[in-house]
Amino acid sequence: MGSIWEYANPKKFITTTDRLLPWVSALALVALVGGLVWGFFFTPDDYKQGSTVKIIYLHVPSALMAINAWMMMLVASLIWIVRRHHVSALAARAAAPVGAVMTLIALITGAIWGQPMWGTWWEWDPRLTSFLILFLFYLGYMALWAAIEDDDTAADLTSILCLVGSVFALLSRYAVNFWNQGLHQGASLSMDKEENVADVFYYPLLVSIAGFILLFIALVFLRTQTEIRARRMRALLARERMK
Amino acid sequence: MPDLGKYAEAVLSSYVLSILLVVALVAVSIRRARKMKNALEEVEKRGKSNG
Repeated sequence: MGSIWEYANPKKFITTTDRLLPWVSALALVALVGGLVWGFFFTPDDYKQGSTVKIIYLHVPSALMAINAWMMMLVASLIWIVRRHHVSALAARAAAPVGAVMTLIALITGAIWGQPMWGTWWEWDPRLTSFLILFLFYLGYMALWAAIEDDDTAADLTSILCLVGSVFALLSRYAVNFWNQGLHQGASLSMDKEENVADVFYYPLLVSIAGFILLFIALVFLRTQTEIRARRMRALLARERMK
Repeated sequence: MPDLGKYAEAVLSSYVLSILLVVALVAVSIRRARKMKNALEEVEKRGKSNG
């Protein structure tokens, strides 16, 4: 088996992801549709939350991916800073809009779920607030990439922004534990049987989470390919202008 | 269709909005990927024919 750094070669990355993309996309579709249909149609209402419990199959996976997408961007940014591999910087850029949409879904479904359960759409609670800041970091990250013409400078500055934003990504995950206050409850998934959601909700939730993870991977593959091509095109056009 | 009771509006709007956002993200990503692939092929072809 070759080294992982082989995939820092744009051609190798495109060839490999081209082969994987149809499989990952098909699996994502099956898991997403399977998890959501199972959760929506074939699970009972919760004794406390009624049918709103069905929002869990969208809210928890999207919130999980909102944080993990930023973590993936952090790893890719660190690789860029240390090893200067363009593919890693472009993969971070490609992941940002996906993470932003996941954060938006988590915020929207959270507000819709919160209204009937807490009596309010929004509360400046530690987790909700850190999630909103994370969303603003996503927007800022994308705006910074778009604002800087030179690719390497953009990659440098956005990597620094990503390092700073990681504090909020971690805060949004652990805010409930740090402050132990606010409306939002602790983690829905836990190793502690008492804390974990009941099995009847747990299994469709796992399938839905798998669907969101696979969707994220498929979209990052596709969007990274696009960013690699866009970078090559900018280089070719610049060469044409020099002639 | 399951009976969602008094929370039907909340549950259905969550599903509709989330699915719309995911579909829009996928559609935009595929469209941009196709456009960029074609544009790059054209520029590469032009570069080859110009020597």
